[in-house]
Amino acid sequence: MNLTAILAIPTLTLLAVLLVPRARQARWAALAGAVAQLAASLWLLVHFREARSSGDSGFLFQWQHAWYADWNIQFHLGVDGISVAMILLTALVVVAGVLVSWEEERMSKTFFGLLTLLGLGAYGFFCSLDLFAMFFFLEVAVVPKFLLIALWGSGRKEYSANKLAIMLMGASVAILMGIIALMYSAPGGQWSFDMLHIAGWEIPADTQTTIFALIFIGFGVFTALFPFHTWVPDGHSSAPTAGSMFLAGISMKLGGYGCLRAAVWLLPKGAVAYGDTIVVLSVVAILYGAFVTLMQTDLKYINAYSSVSHCGFVLLGIGMLTKAAVAGAVLQMVSHGLMTALFFAVIGMVYARTHTRQVSEMGGLMRAMPFIAVLMFLAGLSSLGLPGLSGFVAEMSIFVGGWERGTNFHQAATMLAAMSIVVTAVYVLRAIGATMMGPLRQEAHSSLTDAAWYERVAALVLTAGMLAMGLAPEWLNELVGPDAAAIADRLAAP
Amino acid sequence: MPDTTYLYLIPFLPLAGFACLGLFGRRFPGQTSGWLATACIAVSAAMALSTAFGYFSDWGREGGGYASLQPIDVPWLVFTEELAIHLGVLLDPISVMMICIVTFVSLMVHVYSLGYLKGADRLPTYFAFLGLFTFSMLGLVMSSNLFQMYICWELVGVSSFLLIGFYFSSPAAVAASKKAFIVTRFADLGFLIGILILGEGADSYDFLTIIERLTATMDPNYAAVMAPTFLGFSVIGWGLGLVFIGGMGKSAMFPLHIWLPDAMEGPTPVSALIHAATMVVAGVFLVARLFPVYAVSVPELLSWVTLIGVFSALFAAVIACTQTDIKRVLAYSTMSQIGFMMFALGVSGYGGEAGLGYMASQFHLFTHALFKALLFLCAGAVIHAVHSNELKDMGGLRHRLPVTHACFLIACLAIAGLPPLAGFFSKEEILLAAYQRNHTVFYLALATSGLTAFYMFRLYFNIFWGQGGATGHHGHGEGGGFMMVPLVILSMGAIGAGFVPFGQFVTSDRLPLETHLHLGFSIAPVALGLAGIGLAALLYRKPSPLPGQIASRLGAVYETVYDRFYVDELYQFVTKQVVFRCIGAPAAWVDRHVVNGLVDFTGNTALKLSETVKGLQSGRVQQYALVFLCGLLLLGLLLMYIF
Repeated sequence: MNLTAILAIPTLTLLAVLLVPRARQARWAALAGAVAQLAASLWLLVHFREARSSGDSGFLFQWQHAWYADWNIQFHLGVDGISVAMILLTALVVVAGVLVSWEEERMSKTFFGLLTLLGLGAYGFFCSLDLFAMFFFLEVAVVPKFLLIALWGSGRKEYSANKLAIMLMGASVAILMGIIALMYSAPGGQWSFDMLHIAGWEIPADTQTTIFALIFIGFGVFTALFPFHTWVPDGHSSAPTAGSMFLAGISMKLGGYGCLRAAVWLLPKGAVAYGDTIVVLSVVAILYGAFVTLMQTDLKYINAYSSVSHCGFVLLGIGMLTKAAVAGAVLQMVSHGLMTALFFAVIGMVYARTHTRQVSEMGGLMRAMPFIAVLMFLAGLSSLGLPGLSGFVAEMSIFVGGWERGTNFHQAATMLAAMSIVVTAVYVLRAIGATMMGPLRQEAHSSLTDAAWYERVAALVLTAGMLAMGLAPEWLNELVGPDAAAIADRLAAP
Repeated sequence: MPDTTYLYLIPFLPLAGFACLGLFGRRFPGQTSGWLATACIAVSAAMALSTAFGYFSDWGREGGGYASLQPIDVPWLVFTEELAIHLGVLLDPISVMMICIVTFVSLMVHVYSLGYLKGADRLPTYFAFLGLFTFSMLGLVMSSNLFQMYICWELVGVSSFLLIGFYFSSPAAVAASKKAFIVTRFADLGFLIGILILGEGADSYDFLTIIERLTATMDPNYAAVMAPTFLGFSVIGWGLGLVFIGGMGKSAMFPLHIWLPDAMEGPTPVSALIHAATMVVAGVFLVARLFPVYAVSVPELLSWVTLIGVFSALFAAVIACTQTDIKRVLAYSTMSQIGFMMFALGVSGYGGEAGLGYMASQFHLFTHALFKALLFLCAGAVIHAVHSNELKDMGGLRHRLPVTHACFLIACLAIAGLPPLAGFFSKEEILLAAYQRNHTVFYLALATSGLTAFYMFRLYFNIFWGQGGATGHHGHGEGGGFMMVPLVILSMGAIGAGFVPFGQFVTSDRLPLETHLHLGFSIAPVALGLAGIGLAALLYRKPSPLPGQIASRLGAVYETVYDRFYVDELYQFVTKQVVFRCIGAPAAWVDRHVVNGLVDFTGNTALKLSETVKGLQSGRVQQYALVFLCGLLLLGLLLMYIF
């Protein structure tokens, strides 16, 4: 398996989207590219599993090319189980995102081009083994978000786009500072951005701690680390449907993955030093996010704040530093990506029909749009951690992993985090009950149409992912388990 | 032991029905969807009954008692080397009994629904949800792993939610479905944390391993988790206590019972299956499943089980005497009867004669499933006929609904505990077990038993005797054969189930227990039951002003009971005033104005700063020259001062 294909397909797609003669053909090019990429990701999964079962370990399918030799910057690609899971998630979300935007007619070439570019940035990010290249791809993924919100958004879109871009750029500055500081702590002045080298460096504990804080906070902002989460609700609610799906399904995952790969894995002593702080902040995010969600009346705000709560679980899993919890954090990233993308897709479908996102202005929509209602139930039930859907698997893994730490502090944190399952149930059922169930609130809503074919396919792609993870989680757990264990083992080492 | 891998089909057939109807149900014409679902559950029921027959008569026997077998065990999610969720089947007397109850009652309810919901809207959805519920409930009772049970526990919760909210256009149904899910979820939080504690303590989630390790009180490996810690309970004690909270939620024990009466908004056959016979006894089953650990390692916890059980039994029985909605009376009666099962477990010990309470509890679970399902299905037939749940709309129905009348009477006699019906035998054993352990509990249970007879016959006389209700006699007659056949079959169960030599099959240590009927002991409960019936006959057989007079004489007491002791209002207060107003609203305010305020403040400050500085870049040469000169002067002064 040649990893360059994972980057080549979206690049070619981007070219195709921009070069097709007519604007309306752009969507077909984007869809074809996204589907090809999904196929490539599945191919990658199959080959990766084969290679792993034949005894290979560590990063597989490595590919290296000197990029800027003077600074020893390499274009070094390679994947472990965690990256494969993330690539798969991205591929699913991109296909669904392109499909729900099927009827986007405004500047559709640019629109689909930006979606593809954002995907390209994420793929590059997830398979880079060189910090510099990783940072490069991170920035590639940030810029399209700004444009998507500012040009195709709704509501206070300029404010939201600015806020998102500035906060994420600020976060990038912290990451960049961390990377540069890391270079200056290279033993013997042997600069290298290659993570496989850096992982072997002996870095003093206090240096690790300082750099860890910079890099972790930087990536933490991407994944809604409390109190740097305020770009999430505004950004999500102003973004177009596919933009929200990409934000929740892909962008926030860049943060979680970056925290794990660039902060925890490279700087284990820093992770141990800050582990408890991360636990505290993530428990705050989980409960605080859940309680704030209770008070929201706009469907997108409900889902955005619930993302703050759910991404808190990602950070909680990372902060617990055990194998089961770290694996749970990765599972939670996949799960949250799928279910939140589905939820945003559903909200987009509802909004396109009712022209409102206010819960109080809907009611009894199930009668007119049963398919969309079922989707909303699925997304909501996954969000509240119903077994059989994806959320349960991830949350349980984090709870078990957290409890395993054995100290009163970690067990108390686990209990507090677990309390969110009740609050989540309250806000999910309130939202579903008020919009889909109950008597019909507005007469005009009785004649609304159910999902169109492209909406159905988009939702089914995400639902299939959710069910594949929820019904038989062990394949995914096996995929990320050994690499989560590798990270956790480095933390346990003296 | 024969090949029993087929066992997975018992839950998976209803699941296949769910998947099939859920995906393609709309394409099925008319009643086909109902027939398909019924066929699936019928095959499951046949397999369950043959398994039970084989287990109890042949291959389940082991050393004079019955074996705990684990024919299927598949890893599903592996956390660590020791801790993993496995999906498996655990066969022992209680699980074998439960699969029979669940499949049998489910089959009856499926058949009944074919008649009850004939021509109703969204029939495939209804039968799909019934299939999902049956699958989850079967998975729950067959679980070989604590986490597997939790998974199924959540799934029965969601099926219950979906079925209560089946009439989704009705705001009451939507509210009730949410309430049921959220209240039980709250209890499940306890269950989940309990699982984490027990799993950590026993290094396993497997039931048999947990029971083996955590009852080995002498084993130094597990001494630490059994030593008293916080508030005098051991770690295991806390774990089991929290697990019990989960059980209280599902089994509607005080104070987590508030969802059950509201759950009656669902279709009546659903109430019969989920909220009477099967799901609500899951809490009792859970305690029974882990009973050796409760009884051996933390016996002091069982007194809490007793307390909560007996209080719930009495509390619910008192409320049931005042309610006017036929289904709500039955709901409180269910809660009361589950209280009986619960405190029977509480007064039980492990093994031999001491385990009488355990056996009695399971016996009562068995008989109750039959007569309570029967009561609900009869109530469904009555509601079908008069189109109302309110007692005031009923009366004199014994001529119009003769079969229903006979069946309802049988079920009432059974629940009132009159010999030789099923309830008599199981309730006698419970009272006997209570009498042997704790006299206070016994007398409270005896009083509750009298109340049970009273409120059930209050219902009976109000429905079938007296004068026609307000709606007159224009409604339907009895439902068709689909509705009547399950009634008759269940009536036979309610008559005959008591003669099953239950102690031979289901006991705490899986060894046979000889039970004797003490005729002298039975006099008091039966006499009280008859007194209850007599009182009900006196008050309600003929229209009389007496009940109203008594109610007004009792005044505030009656009001309090009628309003269910204001427990719902208390919950309402806590959620609305505390959770929403004191936690949610401030959190939302802080997020918008403090956390986000800081972000905006940073941005605005940067803007203001640049606003101030930008005045310097005016483009006027004179100003630049002035600034230049001033700067030069300042620099000169500075240099002169320093040197």
